[in-house]
Amino acid sequence: MEIMIPIKQVPETSNVKMDKDTGTMIREGVVSVINPLDLYAIETGIQLKEKFGGKVTVCTMGPQSAVKALKEAIAMGCDEGFLISDKKFAGADTWATSYTISEAIKKLGSYDLVIAGERATDGDTGQVGPGIAAWLGLPLATYVSKIDNVTDESIVVERLVEDGYQILQMPLPALLTVVKEISNPRLPTLRGKKKARACQLQVMSAADLQLNDACIGLKGSPTRVIKIGYPKVSRSGKIFKASGDAGLNEAVDALFQFLEEKELI
Amino acid sequence: MSHVWTIAEQSKGKLRAVSFELLSRGRKLADKMGTKLCAVLLGANLSDETLEELIHRGADEVYFVDDRRLENFIVETYSNVLSDLIRQYKPHTILAAATSSGRTLMPHVAIQVTTGLTADCTELEIEEETNHLLQTRPAIGGNIMATIKTPNHSPQMATVRPKSSRPLALDRTRQGRIIRLVLKEELVDLRVQVIGYREGTEEFANIEEAEVVVAGGKGLKKAENFALLRELASHFNAVLGASRDAVDRGWLPYPHQVGLSGKTISPKLYICAGISGSIQHLAGIKTAEYIVAINQDPDANIFRLADFGIVGNLFEVIPLINAKLAAHKKKEGE
Repeated sequence: MEIMIPIKQVPETSNVKMDKDTGTMIREGVVSVINPLDLYAIETGIQLKEKFGGKVTVCTMGPQSAVKALKEAIAMGCDEGFLISDKKFAGADTWATSYTISEAIKKLGSYDLVIAGERATDGDTGQVGPGIAAWLGLPLATYVSKIDNVTDESIVVERLVEDGYQILQMPLPALLTVVKEISNPRLPTLRGKKKARACQLQVMSAADLQLNDACIGLKGSPTRVIKIGYPKVSRSGKIFKASGDAGLNEAVDALFQFLEEKELI
Repeated sequence: MSHVWTIAEQSKGKLRAVSFELLSRGRKLADKMGTKLCAVLLGANLSDETLEELIHRGADEVYFVDDRRLENFIVETYSNVLSDLIRQYKPHTILAAATSSGRTLMPHVAIQVTTGLTADCTELEIEEETNHLLQTRPAIGGNIMATIKTPNHSPQMATVRPKSSRPLALDRTRQGRIIRLVLKEELVDLRVQVIGYREGTEEFANIEEAEVVVAGGKGLKKAENFALLRELASHFNAVLGASRDAVDRGWLPYPHQVGLSGKTISPKLYICAGISGSIQHLAGIKTAEYIVAINQDPDANIFRLADFGIVGNLFEVIPLINAKLAAHKKKEGE
């Protein structure tokens, strides 16, 4: 089974400190990691390879430094990595990004499955996965939480929806976007890390992919960010200390008053 | 002047509430531009009576594509149908819900019709002079608000989170037109088949569309202690949520997880206990209208986002709240 996994490198946010005065993220010392939701896609791909044989290929669109994300994926067990990188890609929105990645996937050859994380934690749009499926004309299942059955021609998946799980059968090749429920990502092994260090990653530029310049980067993006604002971080709410019986009662009474004022009870 | 469209959603022959929320957003935009508001719905066997509610909630026109093959959401056929309608009628703006189907359908359509799409908008406005749709959304884990527009492509498209706007009051005197359309055979793509459905767990129901969410984290200490929160939730008709820590420990299943790697929610009231408030968690609740937090640690991050906070032992605080709510209910009942 040939599996393609498009991933994204994002800023590590679990230890992010906020500047209390400006409400902005302090970027200093923030490292870049594989988008946490992409780890589920990578794990799913590796598990399918272990079961059915074949190859897992990761690719990412980003600056040269995104090689680190590809190497991490190879250390986990992916076989090959491709960096899709060009100054011309800068400023791409989800439309232009999904065009670029879909062209790279076409160039990489035949595949049975494309597996992507449901969304990236920085942009948080979830639009690139479905976009790639549209460009490639692949049948699409989003929010996949479980793979039930795989044959040479088809796959059965469960898809997490608002009130339960939709069970879909679809022909291969297909594109899946996956959620956390699908797998438990493994850690890189020592052997994997060695392999990742040694491997040479191929870089694909706009020219390599023979891309239409009108469809890439900022120029190829239908959307424009016209303003950035900072939301108020704190809501300056009332904080009560519930220590001792008196404090406890006072705090809960105040909560009831709050709920009544806001017509919440 | 071309029209404003909203993408209504149905499930098993019933309109979903988010359809009406979109109409209240769309009504404002259509009125600002002096144009019509149309609801577009794909489904099977819906009665005129059902469709009329879309008019009573703000639509001027309802386009309903009626075919048994549209009963379940399948992105390929839905995307073909919507793209075809867009080419035919050329709407100015399309608003869809940021649901599992809306967030799948719209990016697919954006590629098919070559236009921009902005996800999870919290504010929508029409720019003076240009009539461009100004779409504001949280990004980078809710740390910034970006205002985005699509200056050179049409239509302008955005998804909007469920519960982030109120539906208009039902007005049965509103008049409008229902246009029933036949599904064109060439648009049908049956490669993906829905072969089954599995109900979620009992309290699974729709955390993204809940008015009130009651959530617990690591501070709950064990799964059994969620009983306290279940009781609290029952007083508000709330849906249970959990932090990533609680889900990773197996105390509640993943569909309940709130935060960046789980659900992003905008309830009217969010009550959480034993959740310290990681950046990822806060990003998932930033658009809640009111946040009540109970935590032992006075320095917990969650208090920076809370409208009301109680620093204390949740095993003392929650039972007292539950007892008071029960007494309150009894009093109301008398």
